[in-house]
Amino acid sequence: MTDTTNTPHRHIPDRLDNPVKSAVFSWETLLVLVGVAIFTANAFASPYFLNEWSLSDLTFNFTEKAVIALAMALLIISGEIDLSVAAIIALASTLMGMAVQWGVPTPGLVAIGIGVGLACGAFNGFLVTGLKLPSIVVTIGTMSLFRGLSYAILGDQAYGGYPADFSWLGQGYVWWVISFELVFFIAAAIVFWFVLHRTNFGRRIFAIGNNALAAQFSGVRVARIKFVLFCLTGLMSGIAAVMLTARLGSTRPSIAQGWELEVITMVVLGGVSILGGAGSILGVVLAALIMGLVTFGLGLLNVPGIVMSIFIGGLLISVIALPILYRMWKERRQ
Amino acid sequence: MTQPLLTLSGISKSFPGVRALHDVSLELYPGQVTALIGENGAGKSTLVKILTGIYQPDEGSITVKGEAVSLPTAHAAFGRGITAIHQETVLFDELTVAENVFLGHAPRTRFGLIDWGRMRAEAASLLQSMGAGIDPDVKLKELGIAKKHLVGLARALSIDADIVIMDEPTAALSQKEIEDLYVLVELLKQDGKAILFISHKFDEIYRIADRFTVFRDGEMVGKGMIAETAQDAIVRMMVGRSVDHIYPKTQAQIGETVLTVEGLSHPTEFADISFELKRGEILGFYGLVGAGRTEVMQALFGITRPSAGRITVEGREVAPKSAADAIEAGIVYVPEERGRQGVVIGLPIFQNVSLPSLRRTSGNGVLRLAEEFRLARTYTERLDLRASSLSQDVGTLSGGNQQKVVIAKWLATNPRVIILDEPTKGIDIGSKAAVHAFMSELVGQGLCVIMVSSELPEVMGMSDRIVVMREGRIAGIFDNKGLDPVTLVETAAGIRSQAA
Repeated sequence: MTDTTNTPHRHIPDRLDNPVKSAVFSWETLLVLVGVAIFTANAFASPYFLNEWSLSDLTFNFTEKAVIALAMALLIISGEIDLSVAAIIALASTLMGMAVQWGVPTPGLVAIGIGVGLACGAFNGFLVTGLKLPSIVVTIGTMSLFRGLSYAILGDQAYGGYPADFSWLGQGYVWWVISFELVFFIAAAIVFWFVLHRTNFGRRIFAIGNNALAAQFSGVRVARIKFVLFCLTGLMSGIAAVMLTARLGSTRPSIAQGWELEVITMVVLGGVSILGGAGSILGVVLAALIMGLVTFGLGLLNVPGIVMSIFIGGLLISVIALPILYRMWKERRQ
Repeated sequence: MTQPLLTLSGISKSFPGVRALHDVSLELYPGQVTALIGENGAGKSTLVKILTGIYQPDEGSITVKGEAVSLPTAHAAFGRGITAIHQETVLFDELTVAENVFLGHAPRTRFGLIDWGRMRAEAASLLQSMGAGIDPDVKLKELGIAKKHLVGLARALSIDADIVIMDEPTAALSQKEIEDLYVLVELLKQDGKAILFISHKFDEIYRIADRFTVFRDGEMVGKGMIAETAQDAIVRMMVGRSVDHIYPKTQAQIGETVLTVEGLSHPTEFADISFELKRGEILGFYGLVGAGRTEVMQALFGITRPSAGRITVEGREVAPKSAADAIEAGIVYVPEERGRQGVVIGLPIFQNVSLPSLRRTSGNGVLRLAEEFRLARTYTERLDLRASSLSQDVGTLSGGNQQKVVIAKWLATNPRVIILDEPTKGIDIGSKAAVHAFMSELVGQGLCVIMVSSELPEVMGMSDRIVVMREGRIAGIFDNKGLDPVTLVETAAGIRSQAA
């Protein structure tokens, strides 16, 4: 019998691959290259593109969606999904609009927007983790439910008359051409990056996404973490609702229609596996920039909205296929 | 004396690192039931797979009705009139009963299309002849497990099989359903079919079998007529071997009681489970598959919720509602289903090891990779893990090395009680020995271990005391000193009911 305590142990190194090399050959590198290419193409395509105000306007194309995409990335990595995010915006915006009619001031409006988002997220989270229903079905249901409530309240009316200081949250600039929305997005991205990649909570999200049962058997409180992620996605949707409503200055029940697809496209383009278990916040941020560049570039070229919709659909399919092709290529390379 | 319908002779089959069958022979006679008896791992399943064309033997010959045959595919075995009803019969829930019965050999019309009318009629008459009142038009999923078995049998009969293999057919059946099955087996015998009947239950073997063949460690160790052989003679053939020197069991200092379980019960899986576990002790849990051992362990680990009972760890009462609670109480569990429940495939080795200990390796919830690597290195190297780096995906490791990662993960939590559920199932012999040696070392350091195992030599070789479970209850607790393996087998099978 071998005594495993006293014999000298075979040493196992921490890692073998070179971290620099694996960073160079990463999905994020590819996204940077694509981003630079589209940026260059835009600069050549339109004389108005390389202008600080144009570039600033560009950021409004993605900040609100990207704020949701940060939370959605965590949710998708954990193996769940939330299709109701755009509908949460509609409901939150509608209730904020309603509050304006009662004379609620800006802090109250923001609280309502965020509170409604959080409540909707908690509702999704309860249905998925408490009643153990599949999230894709639950959130298709709540997508219809939340937006339906919004239509029931508003009909074909619109709410307006938001206070001026409220509008600043969607239209204001913190410094020079740097908008509040952009600053908030960058700050949120840093927080989410830290949470996902540098904390126990983030590690447990990856563990759940790779094998929820084994994670549970390793002492991870799977349901609790998933519930928190649904709440977080609702919360970020509520914040996006505040910013979007402030930017538009009015609320219609069709607000943010179809955004759930753009948010998910962003997440998947960012390299997050749609099957869960893998992804990075850096990738999602880069993907948000690329989507902003593309939509803005197409806008500069006067491409109609229908074509944009076709483009988003095509992009969503190709970004789900591309990581698979990329992985196949990478495996062959080894 | 009648000629055998099927004869196997000199059959050998090896897998990398394991010799599953060595020079075995078997004869099946028309109109007779031959029981195939052996412990888990004796090679019964491999033999069934060879008979049904799923595995090819490395050596040996198969003769059906006096003609030497080869069975390269499942279809070929089918064509030779061999059919099998497995523990989990492969049937299709969304198809109708008639479709299940005739799948792959449905009656055809002149145009080569399926003759639905004839198929239904033949299925109906077949089920009728079996005395099973099953509507051939209902979908299979609407039937209970017993009726599904009957459909599986009907399928076996519909191809006009001469040789019927029944692999633990009663494992999931109630007493009434088992009686119905016996009637059917009688019908098959009268029809002149040769039946191979695999079972762990001696009462049913003695009830319906005419002959027996005993396998042990991949070899045929005995055969004969049931009527002429006493039960304990057969049990002796199954277990007859000295196990002491294969297992690195060292006697550890047995200390005070660490874990007490009193009256633990579950609405359906187990009832009134009470035992104690002392420091330095390995407590074996032996029993047939389905005896409820895993369910008891998962209740101790907070996965299944017991309906009654008390669990005490070092004098403190605990009621784990989740694995996280159990880990906190010092109870950890190495599951049988390693790939599904043990390791998180997709995560690197070091993250698998640190997962339950993150609170200790981190600072205020922030990861400290250096600490994680140190923790992982300490425990994986102690277990002599074979890996090229700690950042390697745990899914790229062999089964035995994955098991070491699971054990390393638990040791890092500094547990009081380690539960190992079939710890060496499906791993190579080298890793098996390492796991056994390590168990001895653990108890030497004052831990205590519960080992669930269906492998008799392992239970006998490693345990200080052995709990035998049968049908969700404790059938006996035995001291391993001078214990006769026959006693264990008979207690597990329900031949003997007595406590030590």
